[in-house]
Amino acid sequence: MAVTKERTTYIGTSVARKEDANLLTGQTRWVDNLTLPGMLWVSVVRSPHAHARIKGVNMSKAAEAEGVVAAFSGTDLAEEWAGALPCAWPVTEEMANPPHWPLAKDKARYVGDGVAVVIAESRVLAKDAAELVEVDYEPLPSVTDVTKALDDGAPLVHDELDSNRCYTWALAAGEVDRLFAEAAVTVKERYRQQRLIPNAIEPRGVLVDLTPAQGEFTMWSATQVPHIARVTLSGTTGIPESKLRVVAPDVGGGFGSKLNVYAEEALCLVLARRLGRPIKWIEERSEGYLATIHGRDVIQEIELAATAEGKITAVRTRLTAAMGAYLQLVTPGIPLLGAWLYGGCYGVEGYDFECVGVFTHTTPTDAYRGAGRPEATYAIERAVDALARKLGQDPVDLRRLNFIKEFPAELASGLTVDSGDYDASLDRALEMVEYDAVRREQAERRERGDSTQLGIGLSTYMEMCGLAPSRILAAIRYGAGGWDAATIRCLPTGTVQVLIGTSPHGQGHVTTFSQIIADRLGMAIDEIEVLHGDTSVIPLGMDTYGSRSLAVGGVALYNAADKVIAKAKQIVAHGLEVADYDLEYDAGRFTVRGTDRSMTVKEAALAAWTAHNLPDGMEPGLEETYVYDPPNFSWPGGCHVAVVEIDTETGSVDLRRYVAVDDVGTVINPMIVDGQIHGGIAQGVAQALFEEAVYDEDGNLVTGSMVNYMVPSAAELPNFELDRTESPSPTNPMGVKGVGETGTIASPAAVMNAVVDALSPFGITDIDMPATPERVWRAIEEAR
Amino acid sequence: MRRIAFTVNGTRHELEVEPRELLVYVLRERLGLTGTTVGCDTSSCGACTVLLDGESVKSCTLLGVQAEDRDLTTVEGLAQNGSLHPVQEAFHAAHGLQCGYCTPGMVMATVSLLSENPRPSEAEIRLALEGNLCRCTGYQNIVKAVQTAAAS
Repeated sequence: MAVTKERTTYIGTSVARKEDANLLTGQTRWVDNLTLPGMLWVSVVRSPHAHARIKGVNMSKAAEAEGVVAAFSGTDLAEEWAGALPCAWPVTEEMANPPHWPLAKDKARYVGDGVAVVIAESRVLAKDAAELVEVDYEPLPSVTDVTKALDDGAPLVHDELDSNRCYTWALAAGEVDRLFAEAAVTVKERYRQQRLIPNAIEPRGVLVDLTPAQGEFTMWSATQVPHIARVTLSGTTGIPESKLRVVAPDVGGGFGSKLNVYAEEALCLVLARRLGRPIKWIEERSEGYLATIHGRDVIQEIELAATAEGKITAVRTRLTAAMGAYLQLVTPGIPLLGAWLYGGCYGVEGYDFECVGVFTHTTPTDAYRGAGRPEATYAIERAVDALARKLGQDPVDLRRLNFIKEFPAELASGLTVDSGDYDASLDRALEMVEYDAVRREQAERRERGDSTQLGIGLSTYMEMCGLAPSRILAAIRYGAGGWDAATIRCLPTGTVQVLIGTSPHGQGHVTTFSQIIADRLGMAIDEIEVLHGDTSVIPLGMDTYGSRSLAVGGVALYNAADKVIAKAKQIVAHGLEVADYDLEYDAGRFTVRGTDRSMTVKEAALAAWTAHNLPDGMEPGLEETYVYDPPNFSWPGGCHVAVVEIDTETGSVDLRRYVAVDDVGTVINPMIVDGQIHGGIAQGVAQALFEEAVYDEDGNLVTGSMVNYMVPSAAELPNFELDRTESPSPTNPMGVKGVGETGTIASPAAVMNAVVDALSPFGITDIDMPATPERVWRAIEEAR
Repeated sequence: MRRIAFTVNGTRHELEVEPRELLVYVLRERLGLTGTTVGCDTSSCGACTVLLDGESVKSCTLLGVQAEDRDLTTVEGLAQNGSLHPVQEAFHAAHGLQCGYCTPGMVMATVSLLSENPRPSEAEIRLALEGNLCRCTGYQNIVKAVQTAAAS
């Protein structure tokens, strides 16, 4: 499809955000700000053991405490459930998916597993009483380390399985064994993707209201996925989908952690049903560290086969991926979102990928910004640097030699990259960072044995986002479609309501989507209201994750405008008594060719509403919906370069510069896109240098609060230097691609390649993330 | 219960609070001033930052009773006569917020910083905001917003 070039006023400009006014003044609708008459609070009692048999739950003291209305164990609520919590992605037919009940009944399987609830008249009283619940645990051996969970004799997370293996998933193409046998050079690397905690600054929260006589429920939840939550929670609670309304009000960040359907949502619904009163639950941060999904926790082995010149011919990847104790909404599929990308932006011929999903006695893992693609990018980009070292080549030259250069490009792994220009972004990034000058400085420091060494690291990445073509999702056994929907409602007084199926929580959809409609329908930005995140207002939607909102929902909106314009044209032609082919359309106005007679979309909207003079058979009203199922993923790419200084005496790593040149296709709002990239890079840098969720031998989360899990502050991060190249996607009329995850996908590899580059004079070829001063110092001491 | 009196955003309040009640919950749950948010339980994130006699404090580190006779400003008290405070304007202009959950705390910390140091360097800004966590912006546009406000 050709990219349409229309006259644009708003698209491509940094329109200040319409979202900001209430956020800046505190006039917000976070779930925690909402109260209802008669509302009760719930507090969840959580297991302090990683693995324990629940021999008994004694509620008597809690039940007698001040303000307590009810208290229930997992067994008490067992009859409430129509089904277990959903896992929507059974990645193989034989995948093990033991039932995940909102409260554990017989066994607790990770520290934080919910075992009982106390419901009281206030937040504080519920929490006080929860302390009085006595649970008789029989502690059992546990395993939290993904590398040990498959060992013979490892404690089983689920007794009904004969091992902790959840699934094995494989993808192979080409003659991989032959290519490795014939390779002049091979490298084999092992990398560790540490466990991460997403840390959206708004904790999760749920509030449920009900109309008992009608059996109707409204759930406000700090979620990215109100539509998916409605479908799946209907299955868990037995509340008919038609009687369940889910609202995502103001939502304070997600990063994948709110792309889920959680026990507390199901609990609040059934407790409201059982007690006949509104129920509220607000997560505390340290509680969230246990009860909200984690990210990553994958061991990667990657092998490259190459010719003597450095042409990479094949890549072989083996992943061992921690699922945690249960499968959350899309847990098993997360490592597989990288399954096609272990060849990076290089044209390999042979491809062999296998992932083993493994249960451990830990908080479930699931989507965290990038979800599978940061891991893939990290492995291939680190391995390409390892190959460059082995070949004695500059990592820039090796990358150029291997880049895919013609698009669309079919990957050995089977998918087709829509567009790109990897040389262009590499060129620009090298120019910005002054690559040769940095290399000279590095050589000088090495020469004089400077105690501060310099490292420069590249990440020439590409990724697949904009989830996703429904047929491809079917092929990989994902439980839902990948379409999204938009409705444009032209009101008779000239303003417009836009209903979007995506559900923003910081991304600026209201502004970006207003820009699209302002240009297409020739309106001022403030004449457009964008509504979202309420299943009763927005009947069709697939929500926000996987950098899909613009690439899928935005295209649906663009196409809905086509339908509005087409209908308006019929109305105008009829009203002006001309043939529709005599009309020219430009920015909201139809003009009779060669005359000054014209009529606007707004005037057509009024005519459609009065319905006094419409063409025969035309339905009154000017409101159109488009449901868009993308023909392909979207494929951003680019080049990130990190320059680090390492104090070899202390091991401290200082990120001196960070250059990012991204190609995300057509840009609607450069300011918002840059903001997405800044935030994405910050999270990837945090993975490389700061963050790690650590369990001890007994399965306690040692990094159990913000005090000992290192979310970086402004003081730890530099400014990032950004630029863009632009390869519009040919698969949609705007040429847009996703951007929400690119920064997090590209940056860990850039930073760690820089760290390893700085340390290469010591013979160091790998450091685990995060590259803390202690880790770096130890590596240097061992190497000296 | 203890009876306390204090001023918030220019309005005098008298109310009974539990001695253990944190100031942030007094503001949110007793006075309905929900602009101030709670992002953690360890005084790490700074989302709950307010001004106490003009200086920034994390309102989760104080008990409500400690506000006795003090003068508090929350994010709801910044805009005057329908006009945003220059720091609010600057966060808007510089795209210094995305989801906005940390924003009230960031804005209040910035107001406090600029009253103490009207022309901070970038390093001073980054250090001054060390106690306020944001997960969306990577801080770059927050720093820019502070610089914009300082220049206004």
